[in-house]
Amino acid sequence: MANYLLRRSWQSLILLLLVSFIGFGVLHLAPGGPLSQFVPSAGMAQEDIDRITHQMGLDRSFAVQYLEWLRLMVSGDWGNSYRDGISVLSKIASHIRPTLELMVISTVLAALIGCGIGVWGAVRRYSVMDVLSSVGAMFALSIPTFWFGLMAIYFFALELSWFPVGSRTTIGDGSVPDILYHLVLPVSVLALVETAVWAQFMRSAMLEALQQDYIRTAKAKGLSERKVIWSHAIRNALLPMITLVGLQFPILLGGALVAETVFSWPGMGRLFMDSLEYRDYPVVMGILILSAIMTMLGSLIADILYVVADPRIRVN
Amino acid sequence: MDNFTKRSFLKLSASSAALAIAPGLITSSAFAAGKPDAPKGQVIAGLSQEPTVFHPLMPGKEVDRGVWWQLFSTLWFVDDKGTLVPDLAIEVPSVENGGLSEDGLSWKVKLRKDVTWHDGTPFTAQDVKFSLELINNPDFRAGSRIGHSLLKNITVVADDEIHWQTSEVFSPYISLLAQTFIVPKHILADLPDPNKSDFNMAPIGTGAFKWGKRSAGDHLLLEANKNYHGEGPFLERVVFKYIPDQTVQYTQFSSGEIDYIGLNGIQTAFEEDAKKLDGVTINAAPLAFIEYIALNLEFGPFKDLAVRQALYMGMNKQARIDIIYKGRPIGAESYVPRGHWAYKDDLPAHVYDSEGAKAILDKAGWIPGPDGVRVKDGMRLAFTTSTTVGSKSREQAQQFLQQNWAEIGAEMTINNMPGAVLWGDFWQKSQFDSVMVASTFVRGGDPDVTARFSKKAIPAKGGSGNNNYQYQDDEMEELLVAGTREYDQEKRKVIYHRIQEKVREELIFLPVQQSVIVEGTKEDLIGHTPNINSTSNAWNMRTWYWTT
Repeated sequence: MANYLLRRSWQSLILLLLVSFIGFGVLHLAPGGPLSQFVPSAGMAQEDIDRITHQMGLDRSFAVQYLEWLRLMVSGDWGNSYRDGISVLSKIASHIRPTLELMVISTVLAALIGCGIGVWGAVRRYSVMDVLSSVGAMFALSIPTFWFGLMAIYFFALELSWFPVGSRTTIGDGSVPDILYHLVLPVSVLALVETAVWAQFMRSAMLEALQQDYIRTAKAKGLSERKVIWSHAIRNALLPMITLVGLQFPILLGGALVAETVFSWPGMGRLFMDSLEYRDYPVVMGILILSAIMTMLGSLIADILYVVADPRIRVN
Repeated sequence: MDNFTKRSFLKLSASSAALAIAPGLITSSAFAAGKPDAPKGQVIAGLSQEPTVFHPLMPGKEVDRGVWWQLFSTLWFVDDKGTLVPDLAIEVPSVENGGLSEDGLSWKVKLRKDVTWHDGTPFTAQDVKFSLELINNPDFRAGSRIGHSLLKNITVVADDEIHWQTSEVFSPYISLLAQTFIVPKHILADLPDPNKSDFNMAPIGTGAFKWGKRSAGDHLLLEANKNYHGEGPFLERVVFKYIPDQTVQYTQFSSGEIDYIGLNGIQTAFEEDAKKLDGVTINAAPLAFIEYIALNLEFGPFKDLAVRQALYMGMNKQARIDIIYKGRPIGAESYVPRGHWAYKDDLPAHVYDSEGAKAILDKAGWIPGPDGVRVKDGMRLAFTTSTTVGSKSREQAQQFLQQNWAEIGAEMTINNMPGAVLWGDFWQKSQFDSVMVASTFVRGGDPDVTARFSKKAIPAKGGSGNNNYQYQDDEMEELLVAGTREYDQEKRKVIYHRIQEKVREELIFLPVQQSVIVEGTKEDLIGHTPNINSTSNAWNMRTWYWTT
């Protein structure tokens, strides 16, 4: 296991280097730059733009800029945002908490409910409940999140006034109950869509498990249906779900841009889009590297979980 | 909220797919009795862009400037009537009061003695000297040095008086100073790197509000400065809330969660619904933004004045304003906004006449080719028009124009791109054919457009400025110089009238409209006043107050 982890770490480092190089290259090759945002409104002359570009070191060669960025990155300095001067790590930290609140709660809810619906649908295949859940899942997957979000706002915030229209907190409050109150609508909308995904995956995996020989054997042995499902089918059906768990890692941190936009949620998705729009290179690169790390970590954890869940799999 | 109908909601849903961004700002309402004795209540302002630059001498956008106006002060500012009003200075220097020498080169500015920084340190002339020198510090990332680079011999005569000279007469400088915020020397003087400081993230100013708390990506809270030297503040707190999606922003306004919509105002699609909301005031306010089609005058067909005239005559400006913008903007013929002291109101009015446009092109030798597109000397009358992706109204306007111009035999292709790309080398180095753009030509209320139309201001030819059209004309050059050498407003008016005539006659760009913003505020929020002379309609939040 130790050797395996070491080997994976080296592979990950090389991959990270590659991701950073390509990401940095694409960002710098794209036309425009961090100062373009000021051109149409601030009355800055070209000489002002050129002067500041030079002061920021943006007129240096790509290689020099990349190596400098890499050197600082390795030393733990992820740089500062071009927009407000805040360190990239602080910036990410301040946005990651709202994102985690939103994503973790909605994902856990979706996983629990989705897996439950999936198992039920597979065990009671073609039942009314199964048909309804399949149709519901198709509906949830087909309708854009922003529409769901706006409908939720319309009915539950504007018409019924049960929940706020958006934002993470009431300004001046920010207590836990206040945050939870603001979380209800966005979490519900996100969980609804995610539940459909989990339910579909789980139903499919469960159906496959239920058709295996060992299930028939278990039934032939006279085990109760409950015992067959819980002890044999679900455990095996959960194996493919590990992949889904691994894939969720970067998504959890990446945030949900549409939901964050509709509900004015100050999360990572919005930070990434804003940073990209304003060509805030250090922040974009910071998020890119973090996402790459989380993707690799998610994949590694999934691999390890496979070994734990299925003794037939060996780490080598 | 009672009037937030299902129909309006469907419209709202349909348009929310686009996360558009644009510029603009605020409202009106006459001042009434009832200003509180002490700061009371808070205002939540919804902004579709996030303020992120808090050092007021660094490059910033309108949204940042809206915050600077609350935190900092200028020596004087331009009010909504175009008058320079002293702020940190006791009076605006002029030849009459002895603040300005007869030759216009020496300045004497007397300052208030009762001003303190938010940390309690007294404000002095040293702060003014430091601020002006910081702008010219080669290591400092100053937003713009226009005018400031002419300064020399800055001398602090006393704590409340400062003198300086300029290397040449530059009358617009008085207006530029109306937008130059003064920063504290005692905080910034000893920094090893003038660009990096805690000040940039929690500034200290002399404005009516002081820094409270910022939640990055969400909101910024400012608190009343009870030691403010001027009128107000009458609000305890001001919150700038970042809501990137305009549909969501409007929804929050209609539900009462935000008190006024700033920067972009209310989208045209929601305007009628907004008027039906209870307890809010909806106002349309002209902005200094002129929307126009910038032409690259070095691009083949656009070198020909006849083409420019035909394109202008062939575009149905009024229909565009009426259909796409619901009649909100004001048709424009000049770069100077209506109501400005330099505005020339008798410029030839635009006439939409596609037959007339065809006749102009025929006469100039542009003959329809086999595909209907006109050709002259082997050159097709075909070009691209660009604007920022996601600007829905402009994208509709482009399609409108495409049809208009196709009728007269001009082929226009839409080539839109993200703002960061459009405003990069593509615009700055004049790589475009034509661009649909809105901008303010009158900086600080001054009509000087040297940076726009001088041949020395063409970036694509190594010049310094914003003459991205690559316009060159000797008479214009003389007029521009004359305008910056003259302090007398009546004499300047004559010069700038002639400049406007030339811009209109030669169609350096195709003027379309003066932007009008529709803004909403709670009806019991009093004091906000649109100001086309300011970079932000939030310029006077210090005098806003609640009647309830």
